[in-house]
Amino acid sequence: MGRKAKNKQDVPLPIEIEKQVGKTTAGLRNKLSYITHKNQKAANNKKASGKKTNSNTISFVKAEDHSPAPIKNTVKNISQKTHNQTIPSNKRPASKSSITPAKKIKSQSWDSDENEADQAPVAEQSDIDQNSSEEEDLSDDANDDTPDSDKEQSNEPADPRTQHKKMLFDLDSESESSQSELDDIPDQEEHDSDLGSDQDDHLEDSDEEYDSDKVNDSFSDSDDGDNTIAGLERKSERLTKLQSIMDEEGEKELLESKLHMPALQETEVFVLPEADEIEAEESGIKDMKSIQVRIQEIINVLNNFTRLKQSDRSRSDYISQLQSDLQFVYGYNEYLLTKLMEIFPISELVEFLEANESPRPITIRVNTLKSKRKQVAQALIKRGVNLDVISGKWSKVGLTIYESPVPIGATPEYMSGLYMIQSASSFLPVLALDPQPNERVLDMSAAPGGKSTYVAALMQNSGIVFVNDANKDRTRALVANIHRLGVTNTLVSNYDGREFPKVMGGFDRVLLDAPCSGTGVISKDPSVKTNKSEADFVMLTQLQKELLIAAIDSASASKAGIIVYSTCSITVDEDEAVVNYALSKRPNVKLVETGIDFGKSGFTSFRGKHFDSSLALTKRFYPHTNNMDGFFVAKFQKVSNSKK
Amino acid sequence: MRPLTEDETKTFFKKLSNYVGKNISSLIDRPDGMYCFRLHKNRVYYVREEIMKLAISVGSKNLISLGICFGKFNNSGKFRLHITSLVYIAQYSKYKVWVKSNGIMSFLYGNHILKAHVGKMSEDVPEHMGVVIYSLDSDTPLGFGATAKAATEVSKANPNAIIVYHQADAGEYLRDEDTLF
Repeated sequence: MGRKAKNKQDVPLPIEIEKQVGKTTAGLRNKLSYITHKNQKAANNKKASGKKTNSNTISFVKAEDHSPAPIKNTVKNISQKTHNQTIPSNKRPASKSSITPAKKIKSQSWDSDENEADQAPVAEQSDIDQNSSEEEDLSDDANDDTPDSDKEQSNEPADPRTQHKKMLFDLDSESESSQSELDDIPDQEEHDSDLGSDQDDHLEDSDEEYDSDKVNDSFSDSDDGDNTIAGLERKSERLTKLQSIMDEEGEKELLESKLHMPALQETEVFVLPEADEIEAEESGIKDMKSIQVRIQEIINVLNNFTRLKQSDRSRSDYISQLQSDLQFVYGYNEYLLTKLMEIFPISELVEFLEANESPRPITIRVNTLKSKRKQVAQALIKRGVNLDVISGKWSKVGLTIYESPVPIGATPEYMSGLYMIQSASSFLPVLALDPQPNERVLDMSAAPGGKSTYVAALMQNSGIVFVNDANKDRTRALVANIHRLGVTNTLVSNYDGREFPKVMGGFDRVLLDAPCSGTGVISKDPSVKTNKSEADFVMLTQLQKELLIAAIDSASASKAGIIVYSTCSITVDEDEAVVNYALSKRPNVKLVETGIDFGKSGFTSFRGKHFDSSLALTKRFYPHTNNMDGFFVAKFQKVSNSKK
Repeated sequence: MRPLTEDETKTFFKKLSNYVGKNISSLIDRPDGMYCFRLHKNRVYYVREEIMKLAISVGSKNLISLGICFGKFNNSGKFRLHITSLVYIAQYSKYKVWVKSNGIMSFLYGNHILKAHVGKMSEDVPEHMGVVIYSLDSDTPLGFGATAKAATEVSKANPNAIIVYHQADAGEYLRDEDTLF
């Protein structure tokens, strides 16, 4: 959403579009001519840039400056392969010849889809796909070589560009499948079916080539229907021998390819824009696509910094540029993005930001007080809903809704309280709380009641669930949900949670799903991207600390004495720091295992701050790894009632 | 929060007996614990005594709800049963009407039940009697109403005749969330 909105703001005037289109096509021609005639490149560029006169041009020039880089790189990668070929020597010429035409075809294809060429990453990808399909037509041997050499490259620690790695893998998988077809036919003619099936097993590994060739050479005459044990033994010996040969050669190649790594040409180094260029860009119209390309480039450089950096630029230059670009593309404010950059490594950060752009699947929790998962699933399937049980075995009451022709929050089943729409992540704190029948449980900030009704369901309407929310308006929805789901063991109150041990204490278990900045649920509420400032974080963390202390004091150590703290935020300030604060202020509590067997462990140290080592027992959940909202869960056990 | 006065109890029980008949006694003498009715902000709540005792220590301004709300007294002293009571009413109801799938949505949007929608109904329902409405397919309670005709007359009625007047349905959780609670 953020992206689209940004685009709308930057809608250029028709004249500008004309200019832009004219220029980009001109630039693309330059690129193409650059690829085919490397020598003329400089001259062409001069011409193109010579034409541009007004102030906006700089951004376009820049876009051109680095967008050709990926293209060059792919070409280079492929040619590198040919350099690095060391194994089966008889194949070398074949593979070379097979790749050179591919290279030519590539440059031609750039010619043909000029218009798409400014969508650099996408166009590239499709280009490569084309490339691989071309390769399919080539000889068997050549096909055998390409994927293997690709893998060598990706194994190289020094391989610079993750982006290309990915694409090369794509290429791998395609040519692999094509290869399997090609291989099977001649092989089965030569060998008995046993070997053929062996081969099939191995196709997924990286050693197809050996299977098809070495196996051919050495055993083509030897095995004739050996189904005996001795025969099988022989075969396995052979295979182990083969394996060792392959390993050796693989290592050799790896070493050699390291040695033969060609020096980077200057044109291939991504050039970070200068300060004045940035200024000009700020005043003009920013081109989303070129900035996305630049983000990718900077990430590539950062992933292999010593090799790809410009000698006169420091890491922080790259990072600050990356930050401002990410801010522009994804629409975050500076403060929040800095926070996120502190939490994630750069490549993971982009994954996280991307995950926030797409919604999480809708999940529902079946109300076990009224129905069973099977019945609800059947009833909904009858209505044409496409659903599945929640992935993983951790929940017995969750269903994921993929597609629904009816509004899932207005079916008769929903109205009669058979299920509750509830994100998968909010099951977790309740699972951690693990309420038992006949206990007294406090839910401190409960609205709209998804978690409290789950607690009540787990307690089978026995005992007492004391449900509190500080916001009176939100208690309406809370009460509605409690009644709809047929929960009879609750008492709903409207207090500020910080008043709590005074209102009532002595609870077996306390659940505190604290109010938070919502950085884990940006996909639900994108306004978080821009409306959270440092002041908000200071205020929230203060509130969270006070609430957690209140929650701890409300639990009773002489009973179960469990406190669960959770937030839908992923910033360390709101999670680990708050928990650590509580541990230091209340030595009578300790952290215990949450009982959830997935998710990442909490940070024990973060940017120079060291937290208690038991913080590793807390759990973090991220949208890009768990496909649920970002979430944090910590479970405390109160060991004594004295506060000291 | 306070216990109901005698008059209130009378009005309330009269209304309730319309739906559950003599089963009111089983609401009060329950094998699984002591339950009681409490009045809070004109609303009648049915709650286990343990919870009620805890609620005493909650300030009346801060207390929002406890147990299950049966309904409310309006300003003229009449009692109105809410959909929230369905969980108990359905459990103890005397008379039931099952609605076919074509009538379910219509009822959940607040319409009366026509003869064409009735799948089956208890045999001996008299006129103007409280009935609980069930869905014929899944046998889940959807709401309640009052019969417009006795069961014996239903067979003679034309297909568009109203059989049950709508009083409360589960759709109110969505439609009337602001006024209901």
